[in-house]
Amino acid sequence: MKEKILKNCRIIDPSQNIDQVGSILIDANGKIKDIGKNVKISKQTSKTEELDLKNKVAIPGIIDMNVFVGEPGFEYKENFRTLTQAALSGGVTSVVTMPNTKPLIDNVSMVDFIIRRGRDKSNLNIYPAACLTREMKGNEMVEFGLLSDKGIIGFTDPYQAIQNTEIMSRIMDYASDMGALIMQHVEDYELSKNGCVNAGEIATRLGLQSIPSVAEKIIIERDLTLLSEYPCRYHINQISSEKSVEVIKKNKKSGKKFTTGVSINHLCLNDNDIGDFKTFLKFSPPLRSEDDRKSLINAINVGLIDVIVSTHKPEDEESKRLPFAQAATGSIGTETLLSLALELYHNKSIELKKLIEMLTINPAKILKIEKGTLKVGSDADICVFDLDKPWKVDANKLKSKSKNAAIENRTLQGKVLMTFLAGNLVFEN
Amino acid sequence: MAETKAIKKQINHLLGIQNISIHQAKKILNEAKDFIKLNRSGSKKLDILRGKTQINLFFEPSTRTQSSFDLAGKRLGADVMSMNISNSAIKKGETLMDTAMTLNAMHPDVIVVRHQDSGAPNLLSQKVNCAIINAGDGRREHPTQALLDALTIINRKGKIEGLKIAICGDIKHSRVARSNIYLMNMLGAEVNVIAPKTLMPESIEELGVKAFTSMKKGLDSCDIVMMLRLQNERMQGSFLPSKREYYEYYGLTPDKLKYASKDALVMHPGPMNRGVEIDTKLADDINVSLVKEQVELGVAVRMACLKLYCK
Repeated sequence: MKEKILKNCRIIDPSQNIDQVGSILIDANGKIKDIGKNVKISKQTSKTEELDLKNKVAIPGIIDMNVFVGEPGFEYKENFRTLTQAALSGGVTSVVTMPNTKPLIDNVSMVDFIIRRGRDKSNLNIYPAACLTREMKGNEMVEFGLLSDKGIIGFTDPYQAIQNTEIMSRIMDYASDMGALIMQHVEDYELSKNGCVNAGEIATRLGLQSIPSVAEKIIIERDLTLLSEYPCRYHINQISSEKSVEVIKKNKKSGKKFTTGVSINHLCLNDNDIGDFKTFLKFSPPLRSEDDRKSLINAINVGLIDVIVSTHKPEDEESKRLPFAQAATGSIGTETLLSLALELYHNKSIELKKLIEMLTINPAKILKIEKGTLKVGSDADICVFDLDKPWKVDANKLKSKSKNAAIENRTLQGKVLMTFLAGNLVFEN
Repeated sequence: MAETKAIKKQINHLLGIQNISIHQAKKILNEAKDFIKLNRSGSKKLDILRGKTQINLFFEPSTRTQSSFDLAGKRLGADVMSMNISNSAIKKGETLMDTAMTLNAMHPDVIVVRHQDSGAPNLLSQKVNCAIINAGDGRREHPTQALLDALTIINRKGKIEGLKIAICGDIKHSRVARSNIYLMNMLGAEVNVIAPKTLMPESIEELGVKAFTSMKKGLDSCDIVMMLRLQNERMQGSFLPSKREYYEYYGLTPDKLKYASKDALVMHPGPMNRGVEIDTKLADDINVSLVKEQVELGVAVRMACLKLYCK
């Protein structure tokens, strides 16, 4: 590979507190060689490939902490190849893949499979997560140590919380010693059972059973209480309501160490958008009220939420063309993650630097990986985008194998133009 | 190859009271008035819908609604086919769309559908080329029940505007309550809902009603008292402590009816749980109970709906 220089771009790298127009020099090994205003290239210019990125923004490649890949078992919804195309088109260079595949990723042999498969079919940085409990049943913990040694980045039972308090306390106790990252989906099963929308006027009008926000709050409160007894690496996958924000605020004040995520959908949509039973807007946790949405944005601005994820969940038509109560939850989203997040910058909800921070260095810190930064010596995973370019989401043009886009037909402002993986240009629009 | 798109003609569906205008509601009620007389006469058969095919597609058991639609279609001269699809036998969901497509291929002019899932008729209406009439979906809407209730009230009280109407019982799980709230509000009545807190839906007041947990307060000066059926499975501890406690506080008895206005009338969509939500004598008291009339006018309302939507 030739040495490369990205010139004249606005570089935003929250990990180094950089927001300036300058250049990024990438060495022949795909590492960042130099960054800033006065980057010098070797005199033999023929050895350096120059890219003029005037009026463009360059940020570290995005890390999406919640992505469903479909392999193994659900290849008809998504596979490594299609996920990779979708992610790279969205400037996402690293993903944490969810373990709720078929079979589940809950033992060492499955980890080998997923890592090999990911390496063969994808050039993305793939960080697989494993189940928190065997067969995702919430009863017996998985082999945290062995799985971590094999390359598992974190542990989660996707869209399912550990209901049994005793098991949860033991998981936290045991995992703390192993240094394992626990990523909890916070939802009390009894309170949310059969529910599919936020408790409120919309649920009453649509005649759908609801999931109250207290179902989320109660598990957060329980887990954070346990966390005082068993300090471990604890991450809340996503929160959706004002009540949860209050609990997090209280616990952060008391000095507890944990991290929190939110899905981009819950920052940009509310339960009103469900309209006439649009199943693409059925989520777990459900979209909540406009007040809840605003409280999440406010929580980001005061530093209570650490990461924004896409909760990319490809679903085929058969799973969505059903009465609302029976339809699958989730939406694809890794490809539109940045563009949709930029909506929050354009409508002045969240500062650009904060958004980039939540998509790059913050997830890297939680996962303890050397990504999400443009520091000299790190891998040149870079996303280049046009901050203002308008475009309309057309699900058929998205790269994901499934077309269940919650923001279908939405007009967005800001589009990814180039994605570099270890210095290689892997996507260009 | 050029992309071919099926041309879908604009069809009106009766999916819920939420989806119709006051003009449409009044049109149905006016149309229905004419059918009341016809239904009481010796010769009940018309040929307005001759040559039309009506399919009753019931995913949930029903006696009165289904027989009422059956009769209504036949009296208008339509060919009526009823399909009862037991739910347990088949995989959920797929059934609805698959069945819809199969039936659609037989060129029906109207499908009357009842389904246990809220929104099922809406989904169906996107797939078929005929009119859909909602005969009850989940806990969302039961528009023809509300329309027949309105017709019954108009028949007795002459109007709905200005009346005070109480709806009592399991509001949370009731599609009848929801449709009635929308329709009675639309036609100018004041609506109170009365239920124990566990059977009251969230943010119900956003629908333009006053919510009460006490029969005494909620029934105060009401002209119409609508009782709702309480499902057996809700009475055994998960929503309510017991049947007898429910009857004590929320069952309609002659004593409790005294809180309402003097000439208050009692309604019930049926089937009734006598001694649970309503005192059995009260239910049969022809001076106050409109239950039989509701069933009678139900046929007229459904004839009107079929006539207007089955074009």
